[in-house]
Amino acid sequence: MSGVRVLVGTKKGAFVLTADGKRDKWDISGPHFAGMEMYHLKGSPVNPDRLYASQTSGWFGQVMQRSDDGGKTWEPIGNDFTYEGVPGTHQWYDGTQHPWEFARVWHLEPSLTDPDTVYAGVEDGALFKSTDAGQTWNELAALRHTKGHLWQPGAGGLCLHTIVLDPGNPDRIFVAISAAGAFRTDDGGASWRPINKGLRSEWELPDADAEVGHCVHNMAMHPSRPNVLFMQKHWDVMRTDDAGENWREVSGNLPSDFGFPISVHAHEPETVYVVPIKSDSEHFPLDGKLRVYRSRTGGNEWEALTKGLPQQDCYVNILRDAMSVDSLDACGVYFGTTGGQVYASSNAGDTWNPIVRDLPAVLSVEVQTLS
Amino acid sequence: MIRVVLPAHLQSLARAGREVEVTISGPATQRAVLDALETTYPMLRGTIRDPATQKRRPLVRFFACREDLSHESPDAPLPGAVETGTEPFLIIGAMAGG
Repeated sequence: MSGVRVLVGTKKGAFVLTADGKRDKWDISGPHFAGMEMYHLKGSPVNPDRLYASQTSGWFGQVMQRSDDGGKTWEPIGNDFTYEGVPGTHQWYDGTQHPWEFARVWHLEPSLTDPDTVYAGVEDGALFKSTDAGQTWNELAALRHTKGHLWQPGAGGLCLHTIVLDPGNPDRIFVAISAAGAFRTDDGGASWRPINKGLRSEWELPDADAEVGHCVHNMAMHPSRPNVLFMQKHWDVMRTDDAGENWREVSGNLPSDFGFPISVHAHEPETVYVVPIKSDSEHFPLDGKLRVYRSRTGGNEWEALTKGLPQQDCYVNILRDAMSVDSLDACGVYFGTTGGQVYASSNAGDTWNPIVRDLPAVLSVEVQTLS
Repeated sequence: MIRVVLPAHLQSLARAGREVEVTISGPATQRAVLDALETTYPMLRGTIRDPATQKRRPLVRFFACREDLSHESPDAPLPGAVETGTEPFLIIGAMAGG
């Protein structure tokens, strides 16, 4: 029987939410790693029982965890993220150069073909790869040579938060880094280049069309069309049809084009979800109304999805890794809030219900569709 | 034998009790105790000291014999009572609330 497993990372632990294919009754497991900041948990698409998790703490630093039984038990794995060679420097807030310093793992992306291979996006902005199920990590250092000396941390830090793997081309990887931009490799990470043409950051950068420096918040791809990516930038929702060579804005009629996560429907490549946030200084929904917006036209034309979501006095945020979709017949959409709610829709966003209401602030939501 | 008291989160990570014991050869110093601790419990590597610099993490403290040893040199001798196992070496998560 089909089902779903929702992996929720919060400020104070991880939670695993499971349901059958109807998605109306949920079992809540957790907190796992109670008290720890769980930035991200994600399962292998090849072996759904293989989960990777990033556990971080202001006191005790970065710990990595792996489960081989779908989250019932966990084992600590390698946590040595040493930059390759002499790390060098990047731009600091005051314009000076600052040494690269590892802070934490923001995002884990398991390989599409090998359960022992997993990528980790870290702060300060870099990409690491493990081919031994997370025991050891090696940096794909050419990424930081892509004008890395010009990258400057945003308010959330110089974090590599998005890793998109091309299902048709194992050598092609897309990544995004806050206040650095989007980058692509076509040779498995040996070389990289910025893919930011068409992004405009008028109020954030002295050169609005700069090659690097754009504050990309999240990117999403439908696996059937790996050249089409959607992006939630700091401001602006963007789309590329040529694997990032050119971007165009598709914010259209959104009430605000600021936001963090972006997701694509599992079965409809032109159906996209965002959660508009009022502004970069007011990180909450407009007018106290929590509304997911859905475009069925690949952007530009958006409709508000409100049924089951609070439509007054709601001032939570939805962080960049806190939205995901399942691949059941009626696509499920899930997101978590900084207020500790995890909302689910089992009908592609038409209606919503909270799975849980009172978790710690949600940092990430990933969904596994189980058969 | 040196007695080491772990903070709660590191007890969970190491799957150990509040107090563990380590054996060291040579002088009893912070570095020697932490090296021995990380050898016995490799999952603690990087959680007490920065893995690159080997410096104490900013919000970790070392106490023993009612003294704060956090700012001592990692190679300074530990108190005799710690070396003999009479008193434990305490690893503490610093107060960092608001």
